[in-house]
Amino acid sequence: MKITREDALRVAELAHLDLTEAEIEMFSRQLDSILTYVEKLNEVDTTNVEPMAQVAPPAASGQAAAGTPLRQDKPTPCDVVSDVLAGAPDASPPYFRVPRVIER
Amino acid sequence: MPRTTPAIARVAPEVSAAYESVIGLEVHVQLKTATKIFCGCSTRFGDRPNANTCPVCLGLPGSLPVLNKRALEVALRASLALNLRLQQNSRFARKNYFYPDLPKGYQISMYELPLATHGWLEIEHDGAAKKIGITRLHLEEDAAKNLHEGFLDSDRNSYIDYNRCGMPLAEIVSEPDLRLPGEAHAYLTTLKRVLEYADVSDCNMEEGSLRCDANVSVRRRGEERFGIKTEVKNLNSFRYLQRALEYEIERHIAVIESGGSISQETRLWNVAEGRSESMRSKEFAHDYRYFPDPDLLPVHVSTSWLAEIQRDMPELPTARRRRFEQEHGLSDYDAGVLTASRTLGDYFEAVLRAGGPAKASASWIQTELLRRLNDSGLSVEASPVPPAALAGLLAQVEAGSITGASGKKVFAAMFESGKSAEEIIAAQGLSQIQDTAEIERMCREVVEKNPESVAKYRAGNQGVFKSFVGLVMKASRGRANPQIVNETLKRLLG
Repeated sequence: MKITREDALRVAELAHLDLTEAEIEMFSRQLDSILTYVEKLNEVDTTNVEPMAQVAPPAASGQAAAGTPLRQDKPTPCDVVSDVLAGAPDASPPYFRVPRVIER
Repeated sequence: MPRTTPAIARVAPEVSAAYESVIGLEVHVQLKTATKIFCGCSTRFGDRPNANTCPVCLGLPGSLPVLNKRALEVALRASLALNLRLQQNSRFARKNYFYPDLPKGYQISMYELPLATHGWLEIEHDGAAKKIGITRLHLEEDAAKNLHEGFLDSDRNSYIDYNRCGMPLAEIVSEPDLRLPGEAHAYLTTLKRVLEYADVSDCNMEEGSLRCDANVSVRRRGEERFGIKTEVKNLNSFRYLQRALEYEIERHIAVIESGGSISQETRLWNVAEGRSESMRSKEFAHDYRYFPDPDLLPVHVSTSWLAEIQRDMPELPTARRRRFEQEHGLSDYDAGVLTASRTLGDYFEAVLRAGGPAKASASWIQTELLRRLNDSGLSVEASPVPPAALAGLLAQVEAGSITGASGKKVFAAMFESGKSAEEIIAAQGLSQIQDTAEIERMCREVVEKNPESVAKYRAGNQGVFKSFVGLVMKASRGRANPQIVNETLKRLLG
């Protein structure tokens, strides 16, 4: 087992999830199977491979890679908030409302 | 606010003297842009709650962030101004945490590859210059504003305004090079000035565009290793910063002196009670599970773009101060005062452009203008006397049409009414009396009324001469030409 019961509980706590005993057992097993699967990658020899986190388009010859696209600093008003508020679990327009939260 | 610091034992000065404090500051500044960092929503302050939101900053599924070019440019300008080295490769990372101020469930920030590293800022404290290292500068998005008070159901619910969510921020982290609360204060002041000059941020602490957290530890003098540190949050005023640091340092020393040890934790500065409170211990420290954000590619800045930004860099405070000394013959002190804020320096230069003589302009700004602005709580930009109007007044004084003493009265009236010097001089009849006959009449009157002083003067007491001058000036309501008064009195008293 890669994932212990404690690991699963810690992840649930970080996501503010209350899990039942059955769920703890189920998620531990599922997370474990995902990690075991991904671990297969460790079998590949990556000695000379640069770590890569994002798939960037390759640089054209003689040029630097393009990097992340940039947007001009022009306001584009987007009148969605009333729709989003209407779809929120709880709203008190113009505000979103949530059960009282104080940062932990 | 209580004057004393409750809940900790006061530490005797000779005990404190055996310790040295080590301080590092983390500063967040809101970058001056028209739109948010990853979407086209406006950054305007004070709009209707949630008016400036869209699927990207509300974290709706399927939306994707696109970096604001201007935000990057402004952050690059900040990096250059702080002598930071731009990283060849930088990228955004997700800082995962679950709290309603960030609806995505993570903040887009930078982690292992920040935008720039290895900078420094020179500060002045107690007359000595010191270079403070800057570890890094990175870009990130701000979080929403949670409102916990002021609603009928505030005991049960919190309200959220996402207008602030996605505002562009730069986080600037200093090395633990600061040794005194006063140095930390000087660092923050200097940093604010540089960022204002470089047009990076408004740096307005009240509106939250400049925020500061501190890392604090103490160690016995001579000890090389750092002590255990605490992080103090919510130091959002220059006054609180110094006070909170003094409190925290004393708390550390008191704990250590009483045989205890400091626990590594995050503390919150409680402004009302004047003390820091434990917020979160190391055990409950957030586990942010950072990882590279797959929605954004690495940030590349071309050398040509960087060169362009470098070329267009505004003049920074140190350079301007030197220039004021060299070009306008100001003293180091005067140049320092006039460059303390960009707007004051701009005001001074505008007075000069309107024809004001450098030294007189510098002195009138530092005395009359700053005093009145201070008294009325106005900023330089809001001065009722614009630069050209001050230059107009100085021209009148220079030309001798009014005395320096009347000039101050005229300035006061200009400040009150917003009128020009000419209008006020004409309306109040303040123009200088140059007429020698009239001045002689006033001088004779003063001499005749004060026979005792005349006797003293004639007996060799030169000191009473000044009192004659004063009486004549008073009689003329400050309007008599002082030079003519001097000459006439000397002749009459002969």
